[in-house]
Amino acid sequence: MLAALFIIISVTWFISKLLPGTPFADQKLSAETRAQLFAKYGLDEPWPVQYGKYMLHVVQGDLGNSYYFQGRPVTEIILARLPISAFLGVQAILMGLVTGLVLGIVAALRHNSFWDSAATVLAILGVSVPSFVLGPILQYWLGVKLGWFPIAFFESWRHSVLPSLALSVFVIATVARFIRAEMLEVMGQDYTTLAKAKGLSRLAVVMKHVLRNALIPLVTVLAPLTIYIITGSLVVEQIFAVPGIGEEFVRSVVVSDYAMILGTTIFFSVLFILALLIQDILYGMIDPRIRVSGAKE
Amino acid sequence: METRRPELTPDLFEQIEAGLQDSERIVGPPIGFWRDSWTRLKKNRGALVGLVVIVAVIVVAYAGPLLSPYTPFGQDLARRFSVPSSQFWFGTDEFGRDMWNRVWIGTQVSLYIGFLAAFLDLVVGVVYGAISGLFGGRVDDVMQRGIEILNGVPYLVVAILAMLVLSPGIITITIAIGLTSWTYMARIVRGRMLQLKEQEFALASRSLGANRARLLTKHLIPNSLGPMVVNLMFTIPLAIFSEAFLSFIGLGIQPPDTSLGALINEGYKELRFHSYLLWFPTAVFSLLMLSFNLLADGLRDALDPKMRK
Repeated sequence: MLAALFIIISVTWFISKLLPGTPFADQKLSAETRAQLFAKYGLDEPWPVQYGKYMLHVVQGDLGNSYYFQGRPVTEIILARLPISAFLGVQAILMGLVTGLVLGIVAALRHNSFWDSAATVLAILGVSVPSFVLGPILQYWLGVKLGWFPIAFFESWRHSVLPSLALSVFVIATVARFIRAEMLEVMGQDYTTLAKAKGLSRLAVVMKHVLRNALIPLVTVLAPLTIYIITGSLVVEQIFAVPGIGEEFVRSVVVSDYAMILGTTIFFSVLFILALLIQDILYGMIDPRIRVSGAKE
Repeated sequence: METRRPELTPDLFEQIEAGLQDSERIVGPPIGFWRDSWTRLKKNRGALVGLVVIVAVIVVAYAGPLLSPYTPFGQDLARRFSVPSSQFWFGTDEFGRDMWNRVWIGTQVSLYIGFLAAFLDLVVGVVYGAISGLFGGRVDDVMQRGIEILNGVPYLVVAILAMLVLSPGIITITIAIGLTSWTYMARIVRGRMLQLKEQEFALASRSLGANRARLLTKHLIPNSLGPMVVNLMFTIPLAIFSEAFLSFIGLGIQPPDTSLGALINEGYKELRFHSYLLWFPTAVFSLLMLSFNLLADGLRDALDPKMRK
């Protein structure tokens, strides 16, 4: 894990040196000013020295200074924007989990009925329609036509509704499909038949026996969903002009703020690798066979 | 207890013509893996609709521009922002370019990207995964670390970085997609190899003197085809999405060339005044994604009956 992270940082650093142009390409800058700027950011030193210094700083949690925001530390910018992205992401996952669970449970309990088909169609639509298509549609329909929610920026909770909704549709779809399939399987098990035969009420059978057993494997989709939310924030924050990390990353790409690109990539990678690690651990806890055979799929 | 034993003599038995082999005779024609799967797939209405729509979109994407007298690039400011009519079926954009043509050449780009990713999946992903799984040991370790590194960065970030180093355009998108699309396939194939190579039929083949290449091409790969096809079908919509997103944020296809993502971005800017510019590319794009997902779902059920729930 750490080795993978080390290589990712090194490769990204190297790529950032390969990028065409410099962050200070403005024609109006005189040669001396440019030289001063290069000296200030340590860009005049030989590559190995720059690399060594950078890695030393990264270990201490310092990702360098932004070229665009007059030398503000990258770490500071990321930490300032993190709460917004995290809030959107957590809200989207919660919205998605609740709605997805309700949809999936209804679909499974009313198997092969109208509700089942409706939930299935909704789920496949949710997986297929990408967030950057859904975002504009939501803005147009709920924001402009109906005027219920503001369509951009991030000033109050109301501003967070549409971006969270756009992010959560994929979560809803995934959770609904997953829980429907799991419930149908559990409902065919002998212990469910036994619970019914004991004379338990339908509610008790579903709540105590079916749902509990169907919920366990749901833990395994949470990590992939977290990864999806991280990637999705790149898209959604862009559309809704939310000042989060994803929006910052796309902006830094457009203005060639290499320090920022590098820092954000490292930050994303750490999150990503953590999510993958947690996923592996959860898999092992839920299905001990995976640990025994030692084969990861 | 005493049992009476009647004397058993040969003349008590009667020879019946039906040979012993009869019980072994195969009554129906043999049904292979593909025919079996096809039968199951045909029962899945959603998957069939998906397949038909995909074929239809491919045909229209290439034949559609021939039906119109305009070109995708011909500008005419006198006719800018014409609403859809019998003259301009999908209307025109801010430079008076015919949207019917632009939507379909954009679709061609999406299709190209989708099938390219599928091809890379098949070549790079399968070969990488097969080598990794078959050789095992240290080779496997090193190759898996490689995948871990590529997977450690969100694929959109990898694609964006690739777009930065090289200049934006269709070739760069090809490379960006190529860098990221095959890793999942490689993991799946490797998992199958690890699982299959220990099984009896693989052992039997090896003890009959088959070398690794024969084992791989005759036994291991054919037995992995189901999961491979399914994964392939999920790769295509993901790749189409990646390209559209890159073009949407302006890092993909550069004007005057266009793709569905770029068109959606342009339409999005005109949303409040000329919303038809958004609806047509969005509809085609969503239809394409939906069809590939429906087909993939159906294929998963058809090729892997165990997955059916």
